[in-house]
Amino acid sequence: MARTVKTRYRTGNIIVAVLLLIGGIVMIAPLLWMVSTSLKTRDGVFALPPEWIPPVPQWENYVRVWDAGPLLSGIKNSLIVSATVTIVGTITSTMAAFAFSKLRLPGKNLIFLFLLSGMMIPFPTLMIPQFVMFANIGWVDTLLPLIVPGLFGNIMMVFFLRQYLHSVPDSLIEAAKIDGAGYFRIFGSMIVPLIRPAIAAQFILWFMAVWNDYLAPILYLNSPEQQTLQVVIANFNANYAILTDYPLIMAASVIALVPVFAIFVAFQRQIIESVALTGTKG
Amino acid sequence: MSASADAMSTTRKRKSTLYRREHLVAIAFITLPVVGFLVFAIGPFLYSIYASFTNWNMLADPQWVGLNNYIQAFNDPYFLKSLGNTFFYMIGIPIGLILALTLALAMNRRMPGQTFFRSIYYVPVVSSLAAVSILWQWAYNGDFGLVNQVLDLVGIKGPNWLQDTATVKPALILMAVWKGLGFSMLLYLAALQSVPRSLMEAAELDGASAWQRFWHITFPMVQPVTFFLVVTGIIGGSQIFTEINIMTPTGGPEFSSASIVWYIWQKAFANLQMGYAAAMAVLLGIIVFTITALQFWWNARHGHEGTE
Repeated sequence: MARTVKTRYRTGNIIVAVLLLIGGIVMIAPLLWMVSTSLKTRDGVFALPPEWIPPVPQWENYVRVWDAGPLLSGIKNSLIVSATVTIVGTITSTMAAFAFSKLRLPGKNLIFLFLLSGMMIPFPTLMIPQFVMFANIGWVDTLLPLIVPGLFGNIMMVFFLRQYLHSVPDSLIEAAKIDGAGYFRIFGSMIVPLIRPAIAAQFILWFMAVWNDYLAPILYLNSPEQQTLQVVIANFNANYAILTDYPLIMAASVIALVPVFAIFVAFQRQIIESVALTGTKG
Repeated sequence: MSASADAMSTTRKRKSTLYRREHLVAIAFITLPVVGFLVFAIGPFLYSIYASFTNWNMLADPQWVGLNNYIQAFNDPYFLKSLGNTFFYMIGIPIGLILALTLALAMNRRMPGQTFFRSIYYVPVVSSLAAVSILWQWAYNGDFGLVNQVLDLVGIKGPNWLQDTATVKPALILMAVWKGLGFSMLLYLAALQSVPRSLMEAAELDGASAWQRFWHITFPMVQPVTFFLVVTGIIGGSQIFTEINIMTPTGGPEFSSASIVWYIWQKAFANLQMGYAAAMAVLLGIIVFTITALQFWWNARHGHEGTE
């Protein structure tokens, strides 16, 4: 009896594994096809029947792509925006989460609720006045409209860190206070080390979100050398599709995906765990 | 006045100075997010509401026109069409959730390679939407795209997906499901792993069928995740823009793919009809808010049925 159950379970495993594998191939195929296209010649793209592995991989597509558009400055701009926003914004958000969770302040929960309610306002409802505001101070076509709002912190991150901080006992902080530690010391040498994994996970998720953002950058950035990577590849797509240079478009898109893939591979566990937490705590 | 009363007032004073310092520190720590919220959210939000009652092209000052913009919106076939399209895209939400839960159920067993599969399905989630849209635009190419070449293998002549009014929306939905599947699956998997095994075993001993176990135990247990995904799906789905703008830069054949945000963006930044665009943006805000509020209300009433 036990044996049949076990065998049944094992056959079940094999069937499930095969189905998951087929599903996995479907999921990954478009991305492989993108890489494959990026290594073809311009005419090779139109070969019938299609070739999954180009007879002669055109690695030089990845060389000429850098001269075909402002890809390099796109990467640089995306890096400036993502790094500044997430590094400064994470500090801001962590300090706010600490205050909302652990410091005494009359009405702080009400203030927090107020901030949270703001997340219900969709960005498109705000974008027109925001644009006009930044246009009036001459920030259009600079990276500032993308950077500055983020420096003020991210309510989503404050929310998750605050949840996380609830598991840190208040007595720990009271004890540190009695020992004469100031608030900045308590924050810097106690709170931050305690919740570092949560901070790191939120930081990575936020970094990828800013890196991948498209709507705000196309709103503000006009000149090619100011554009972030996502706008650059979108323009690549518009310009080179007319010339049917699909390999070049795909090469640019592959390059745009590589940094986030690298981050994903490096921090896979943290990303997956923190995303899984989102659903259970949210 | 006794000495003890004196001492008490000193401690009270000391305590209040102690707290005052703590209050000041707390205020300092939350100042930036609060200021940011006022300047970048509440301010623009109120201004959007004001602008929605004006005629405004950014070059001259806004002119008050009352409800005109709203009246215009409800008589604008493009607005109504883009609104309809946006709701149509939300068909992808239940499709994605059913697939994600099925996948999560399949993966929720002691099985080698679980981590591997989890990562594979998650790759599209971390990919940039711009790059993915470019890729799928090419994949939907009528003659040489991946989708039609695969269909060709089974003898189906696929349409020119993005140029056909009948297929452009389903094509975009398919891509959105592909992109978001890993995220929903991951959340479901986490929820399933917290379902106590003993509960399932007890139900099995009591003779509950697989379907009964799913319907009466698993489904209610993952209900919070479903709720979270539906709410975030609707909030995100109502703002669909990137894939529309990249894959169908003109709003699709006969405007059949244009979303509400895409239309707002066109009106505001291509036609400089800022007042009109603001009115549509406010309507979008109201719709999102109403749907979200309704869901919270519904969830509060029915959310925990069956878990007790």
